[in-house]
Amino acid sequence: MINLTINGKKEEFAEETTVLEASKTLGLKIPTLCNNEFIKPYGGCRLCLVEVATERAPENSRMLPSCCTPIGNGLIIKTDSDRVKKARIFILQLLLSRTTDSEELKQLGRELGALVEEGALDPVGNYLLNRTEKPADTKCILCGLCVRVCAEVTERHAISFYKRGMEKEVRIPFNKVAESCIGCGSCAYVCPTNTITIEEVS
Amino acid sequence: MAEFRTHLMLCAGTGCVSNRALEVKTALEQEITKQNLQNEVDVVSTGCQGFCAQGPIVVVKPDNIFYQLLDVKDVPYLVEEHFLKGRQVEKFMYNPPDSKEKIPTLDEIGFFKKQKLIALANRGLIDPEKIDEYIGRGGYKAAIKALTQMSSEEVIEEVLSAGLRGRGGAGFPTGLKWKFAAGSPGDEKYVICNADEGDPGAFMDRSIVESDPHAVIEGMMIGAKAIGASKGFVYVRDEYPLAVERIIKAIEDAREYGILGEDIFDSGFDFDLKVNRGAGAFICGEETSLIASLEGNMPEPRVRPPFPAVSGYNGKPTNINNVESWATIRHIINNGAEWFSSIGTEKSKGTKVFSLVGKVNNTGLVEVPMGVTVREIIYDIGAGVLGGKKFKAVQTGGPSGGCIPESLLDTPVDYESLAKVGSIVGSGGMIVMDEDNCMVEVARYFLAFTQQESCGKCPPCREGTRHMMNILTDITEGRGKPGDIDMLLDMALMVKDTSLCALGQTAPNPILTTIKYFRDEYEAHINDKVCPAKECKELIHFDINDNCTGCTVCAKNCPVSAIAGERKALHVINQDTCVKCGICKNVCKFDAVRIES
Repeated sequence: MINLTINGKKEEFAEETTVLEASKTLGLKIPTLCNNEFIKPYGGCRLCLVEVATERAPENSRMLPSCCTPIGNGLIIKTDSDRVKKARIFILQLLLSRTTDSEELKQLGRELGALVEEGALDPVGNYLLNRTEKPADTKCILCGLCVRVCAEVTERHAISFYKRGMEKEVRIPFNKVAESCIGCGSCAYVCPTNTITIEEVS
Repeated sequence: MAEFRTHLMLCAGTGCVSNRALEVKTALEQEITKQNLQNEVDVVSTGCQGFCAQGPIVVVKPDNIFYQLLDVKDVPYLVEEHFLKGRQVEKFMYNPPDSKEKIPTLDEIGFFKKQKLIALANRGLIDPEKIDEYIGRGGYKAAIKALTQMSSEEVIEEVLSAGLRGRGGAGFPTGLKWKFAAGSPGDEKYVICNADEGDPGAFMDRSIVESDPHAVIEGMMIGAKAIGASKGFVYVRDEYPLAVERIIKAIEDAREYGILGEDIFDSGFDFDLKVNRGAGAFICGEETSLIASLEGNMPEPRVRPPFPAVSGYNGKPTNINNVESWATIRHIINNGAEWFSSIGTEKSKGTKVFSLVGKVNNTGLVEVPMGVTVREIIYDIGAGVLGGKKFKAVQTGGPSGGCIPESLLDTPVDYESLAKVGSIVGSGGMIVMDEDNCMVEVARYFLAFTQQESCGKCPPCREGTRHMMNILTDITEGRGKPGDIDMLLDMALMVKDTSLCALGQTAPNPILTTIKYFRDEYEAHINDKVCPAKECKELIHFDINDNCTGCTVCAKNCPVSAIAGERKALHVINQDTCVKCGICKNVCKFDAVRIES
């Protein structure tokens, strides 16, 4: 048995699992963007960050991605603290500063309080949403789900990341449709922002 | 082996080589032969001797006479005077900036006096390409001891109680890291040497690999024995061609001597090394990214746990240490944990190598006991700020570190004390800045670096560093708005709290410390549109005052013909054409060109 505290309540789990999965069974909602139950957790989008501390040093909490963090005896986890909520808003505003075209992202922003009226924004939010220019014409948030589903589930490796940092993008090798691509559409299916579309080719 | 009356230890480190040390070497050898001294005087190419500012350098053994700033044309005179006639040549000796007295021997020079060499123990004493010279100086003795007389547990215990902490930046206890890797189940384990040094202004690891590659190999053998690994990798930047060449040669030589391979020293222990060249991504210095790169994948950090000690290279238990940590290991095995832990402070044991650069007189590589103060490093070893200018700050720890102001110069250099003032020991870069450096520009420079080197996996680092850099650029170019400082602080703290790996978590440090200690400079840029250090181009202009004699030198040298004026009449700069390159100020002999902000 694994005993831990989540949001102030003592909880018991029979099996090892991630904080994200454990929270789900308790009915706690943790938003995610780069997570999919059929693909290995990635910890990249940072939307599922939760506060994690140990009983030995409860005041010393760290922000960890719940999708990759295993539950453990004596952990003290907070999934809805002010720090966690603030982090979610920041992450979403960062993504919205990159792309304003994704309805899905905007919807999530409204739900979590990241996309609010101008007067209700703090200076950081105001800067990210109103004072910057979006760098590229894309809806892609580089969560990597498409790349990973193609590699891990269908094992086709037909798309990949290219370059790094702000220049990073998802590409097909040498800008040609990979021979290994079977047109299964998995990449489009898992994309959280509907960036990838499928076309019928006769 | 031939015996010589005297040896000339010529520094063939990267700094001296770029100052034509190899040409000096050829000239020395020719001249020595010409004077028929070739059987008495030998020239040895050593690794970096540390005093890079004064290169090319030659140290004459056994008297330790230190000659500096040598040129090919000086060689005939030097050889004739010193080696033929036996007279030391004062004009090539070191002259401290604040004195007229020349200092003849290496041991008396302030730069060397306060240093304590452990990781750099063989500095200036051996030819790094000759394994015999390494062995002659006691090399591989520690490996023999660890492999044939000690158990894995004893090796780990020794390193653990020595208190050695990772020299790559994070300062995690090395022995503990080994203990975890040793305790991880699995019969296939790996050790890795992280030689992917990428901080601007840092060259500690480069120098160690270039000047003493066998020390790294020996450390790795001992570590491999401790955790039960039979294979290792040296991950070294391809931008370090000499380091790559020397580590490859050292491994080949060690193999030939049976020091690497099967059943080493008849101990039944097998170990071999492979060199992997990194393509120059800063993120590969982060251990999980380095492992991904080694595996042939995109270098992206991953969430820990699992730590590499449990699941590293190809999913096997792996122990990664930095070059300097590996090079220190053999001394702990040879001299014991007690000896090592007697050096340094309570929590930071031993010595640390720093690359001392920037606006300091004695630029170079220094190794000091933990706990000496920043002031001692800059003033006693570094001989103070260049050109008599006023000290402003020292940046430690590279892009992950912070700036330490003058009021905190007496901070001891150890992991805890530097963290307390908002900086870090890091891998050991130390950049000295004077009154002409704008601290907002310093922060912008480092953010431009981290922004470019972010792998792009997580939004706080990818997007956050871009925004922070843009805000800083706006401030340095006069577009800052009231409230931007606090907004930048908030954003920096959020990026720190939410990033995946150490790159993003520490990228805001230069911002946080410059705002903490130099907030007035930020305010001047935003409120008054003034750069107090007169560095930010958008906020300054050049003017010519009454000192001008009308000599026309500035006008002749201006690349954009922005300066007008008759001979013997006051010159005027056309502000619309001026590109603020500063050449006029540099060429003016009458101090007539001023920067105004």
